[in-house]
Amino acid sequence: MLGDAGPLVFEYADLECPYCAKANLLLTGLPVQRVFRHFPIVSKHSRARVLAHALEAAGMQGRFWEMHGSLLADQGHLDDPHLWERCEQLGLDVTRFDADRRSGAVAERVERDFRSGVRAGVMTTPTLFVDGVAHPGVPGAELIAQLGG
Amino acid sequence: MIEAGAAAPDFSLSNQDGDTVSLKDLEGQYSVLVFYPLDFSPICTDQLSVYQEVLPELEARGAKLYGISVDSAFAHKAFQDHLGTSIPLLADFQPKGEVAKAYGVYIDERGHNQRALVLIGPDLAVLWAHQSPTPLEIPGANLIFDALDAVAV
Repeated sequence: MLGDAGPLVFEYADLECPYCAKANLLLTGLPVQRVFRHFPIVSKHSRARVLAHALEAAGMQGRFWEMHGSLLADQGHLDDPHLWERCEQLGLDVTRFDADRRSGAVAERVERDFRSGVRAGVMTTPTLFVDGVAHPGVPGAELIAQLGG
Repeated sequence: MIEAGAAAPDFSLSNQDGDTVSLKDLEGQYSVLVFYPLDFSPICTDQLSVYQEVLPELEARGAKLYGISVDSAFAHKAFQDHLGTSIPLLADFQPKGEVAKAYGVYIDERGHNQRALVLIGPDLAVLWAHQSPTPLEIPGANLIFDALDAVAV
C-alpha cells in the first residue's frame, strides 16, 4: 500500500497500458492509500504479465512502488535488459529478482489479483474502486477532486 | 431483447475465415453469443481481450464464446489477428444486422448492435440474456461465470 491516510483506492492496472500510466500521474501525490491489483491483458499487451511478475519481484525486495513508478514512467523500455537496468538503479539484487519473478508464488499472486478483478467485473484498465464503487478508465476530474486533488 | 426460455433464433453466418457457423452447430454445448457494436472500437477491444484471458476457464466449463457484429468476415479476420484472440467472430453483415434484430439487440438509429450476452443451452434454448444499458458499458466476464453458475455448468 502506498500512503498511510485517506480513502482507500484499489487500482486494477496493466503495466503496459498507457491509460494506467496516465492514471498514475493523476493519482500521484493525492492524500489517499493506494492498493495495486494486477490486471494484465496479455492478448493486448504481450509484456503485461512479465511486467506484473517483475513488479512483484521488486516488491519482494521492498521496492514495489519505486518499480511501479519506474515502469509506468517509461513504457518504451520494457524488455528484460531494461528491467535489469531499473533493478540496478533501485539497488535490487538482480539475480534474486530474476529468480523471484519466475517463481510460482509470484505467478499465483498476479493470477489471484486478475481473478479478483474478473469477479469484481473489471473489464478495462485502469479500473479504480473507491468505497466499493468501480471507476473504469482514466480517472476524471470529478473523481480526482473527490480524492482530494 | 430475447429472454430466457425462448428458443434461440436460427442463424447461419460466416466466421472470420469464411466458414459458416449455424445455430445447429451449437447443439450439445453451452454457447455464449457476445453481441458487440463494431470491430476495432476501443471498448470492444477491451471486452474481447478480457474474455480471451478467461477463455480457458470458460472452455473448461464446456462453454464456447462467439462474437457477433455487423462487420464483414474480412474485418473480423483482421480484428481477431489484432486482438490475438481465438474467439470466433461471426459476420452479421448481409442482410446487415439480421441476426441481431432476431435477438432484439440491434440499434436501428446507429446501425450496429447493442452490447449483449446470450447463453444458449445444449438444446438450443436461451438460458440467460443480458443487455448493457448503453454500448459504453461493457458486460463483465463475471456475468458469464454467474450465468454458468446459475445453470450449474
